[in-house]
Amino acid sequence: MMKVYVPADAAAIAVGADRVAADIAREGRMRGIAVEVVRTGSRGMAWLEPLVEVETPAGRVGYGPVGATDVPSLFDIDFLAGAAHSRSVGLVEKIPFFARQNRLTFARCGVIDRLSLADYRAHRGLAGLERAITLGPAGTVEEVKASGLRGRGGAGFPTGIKWQTVAGAQTDQKYIVCNADEGDSGTFADRMIMEGDPFSLIEGMTIAAIAVGATRGYIYLRSEYPHAIATMNRAIEIARAERVLGAHILGSAHEFHLEVRVGAGAYVCGEETSLLDSLEGKRGQVRAKPPLPALQGLFGKPTIVNNTISLATIPYILAEGAQKYADFGMGRSRGTMPVQLAGNIKHGGLFETAFGITLGALIEDIGGGSASGKPVRAVQVGGPLGAYFAPHQFDIAYDYETFTKADGLIGHGGIVVFDESVDMARMARFAMEFCAIESCGKCTPCRIGSTRGVEVMDKIIAGQDVAKNKALIEDLCETLKFGSLCALGGFTPYPVLSAMRLFPEDFGAAPDLAHAAE
Amino acid sequence: MATTKTWNEARARAVIDDHRALEGPLLPILHGLQAEFGYVPEQAERLLADELNLTRAEVHGVVSFYHDFRARPAGRHVLKLCRAEACQSMGAEANAAKLLTRLGMGWGDTTPDGRLTIEAVYCLGLCATAPGVLLDGQPIGRVDAARLESLAEEAA
Ligand SMILES: Cc1cc2nc3c(=O)[nH]c(=O)nc-3n(C[C@H](O)[C@H](O)[C@H](O)COP(=O)(O)O)c2cc1C
Ligand code: SF4
Ligand code: FES
Repeated sequence: MMKVYVPADAAAIAVGADRVAADIAREGRMRGIAVEVVRTGSRGMAWLEPLVEVETPAGRVGYGPVGATDVPSLFDIDFLAGAAHSRSVGLVEKIPFFARQNRLTFARCGVIDRLSLADYRAHRGLAGLERAITLGPAGTVEEVKASGLRGRGGAGFPTGIKWQTVAGAQTDQKYIVCNADEGDSGTFADRMIMEGDPFSLIEGMTIAAIAVGATRGYIYLRSEYPHAIATMNRAIEIARAERVLGAHILGSAHEFHLEVRVGAGAYVCGEETSLLDSLEGKRGQVRAKPPLPALQGLFGKPTIVNNTISLATIPYILAEGAQKYADFGMGRSRGTMPVQLAGNIKHGGLFETAFGITLGALIEDIGGGSASGKPVRAVQVGGPLGAYFAPHQFDIAYDYETFTKADGLIGHGGIVVFDESVDMARMARFAMEFCAIESCGKCTPCRIGSTRGVEVMDKIIAGQDVAKNKALIEDLCETLKFGSLCALGGFTPYPVLSAMRLFPEDFGAAPDLAHAAE
Repeated sequence: MATTKTWNEARARAVIDDHRALEGPLLPILHGLQAEFGYVPEQAERLLADELNLTRAEVHGVVSFYHDFRARPAGRHVLKLCRAEACQSMGAEANAAKLLTRLGMGWGDTTPDGRLTIEAVYCLGLCATAPGVLLDGQPIGRVDAARLESLAEEAA
């Protein structure tokens, strides 16, 4: 039986992977060739999807993007033996975009059958869980602390410290909650890992449960990801049947029960306290902190809330050792980040790399510049609450502290590229509008000020009293910064002000020109 | 294809009973009701309040907070168009505006024949193959203006 690997990742399906998988199976049957189509995750090279792979003695050979009419000709040239074809991309792991990565969290994604626990085990899966059971709770927490892992959801809080707080709490019930709300535009790492290596998330959450003594867990997964929901649910069933979850984890005395809960289209529910209220069946409104969720979280019980990638990285740290993870990175940003290159970019996708690479290298060398071929004008780093950057700033190093110093954030690792056709005043307006649409309503500046911000931006775009209205935007941003309980209101000024300061030419006529025209 | 059925209390009760034992059952129930009826009927809010010991206002507060839950039935097909930044960078806004103008619709509207509902979403995780849409739950990437038009037309 010849194996052919086709991604079942939603972004691959969005450009035809399901049809290609079906065509390959049918063509094989017609030709009397025994072909097994294995559905994997994506390698993260979006421009090559659907990327079809076959095993050869030299390694996996790829073909992509495979179009509707390519399948018969692939059989004609004997792609099953890795023969050359107009869609050949050669050895997949030699493609520069792939070869330059440090794939730790995503090591298995795109490689294994995403729903085969046997495949997972054969690629070091469950080694971390076994080690955590041997180390015991305290040793496991120490290992996570030593790795230097910081939360990949956006805030960058040290994961080990959070776990220690929950571990120290005395109570009858603790929870592990995975934040899979991934609302930031330009991000899809959580989706990719859940669709491509769901057992890594299950394993990471189970290790967390053992480390802090929790017996129940939830994955709060956004409704916009129907494929991730289906894959996660199926993986949980398999894990239960194989005793990776349930009453006696891998035959130990540990117990952990895990369930997927589907979000309902509210961006703010990615904020951890709002997420907890939503899980409890309430409106997703942000809670004031303290109390910390670590001490009073879900249903008032001590709760770990961690991002999907934070949790899916835990198996690597436990299996390979904290030091090996910490050896990657720079300064206080240890390990790797799955950077997501999105928007108007030639080579978009997921690029897992050690911290410290420059923004320019990510966009130009790795991403290949814009998809349109026009010059890159602006990039937004870190989602809708992240700042815009212009090409003259591209030598900035990608790490938490450097970005904070530059009045930006790396957030969940998204980078959205815009070419010269972008109107930055419209983007600033959108940032205000997004805040208005998604506000949980608790703080007045966020609820009302953002709508006011949209109106003022409209005036600027119409060229009305530009100087006065720009000053008004500055004031509004100041109010948002200091009068907001969470980062939705508090960080909306980042995209707005960075756009206004970096691209004044888009915000009405430049003042001196305006005078000259009078 | 999206389901839109008329209100049926027995079916609504069955959905509630399916999820009642969960911790924090309200969202799973609301998703279940929307899957059953295509929206969350007003009668369901009343029933939920009784069954879960909540006030009508509490239930309505939750239903209205979340963008996913519809107060009105949807069309036979639901086309969700991403309006977030990565899709904007690839021209999604202009494509959407063109389509909506041509169909004489606004965001959230359903065609008069009940064939198609068009809704806004903010990111589908298809940002590296933008613009992205979801048609009846199926993700589609690199949707340019022409493709968008044919998707909207072919959903019959
Ligand atoms: C408005 C808002 C939206 C957020 N959305 C997400 C999200 O989608 N996913 C996520 O992991 N964290 C999100 N966060 C951050 C969480 O509040 C929290 O810091 C995170 O889940 C903690 O996990 P980590 O330490 O593993 O990153 C958001 C925060 C805010 C203020
Ligand atoms: S800043 Fe906005 S989203 Fe955050 S708590 Fe206040 S009102 Fe809610
Ligand atoms: S921004 Fe449109 S799919 Fe992510």
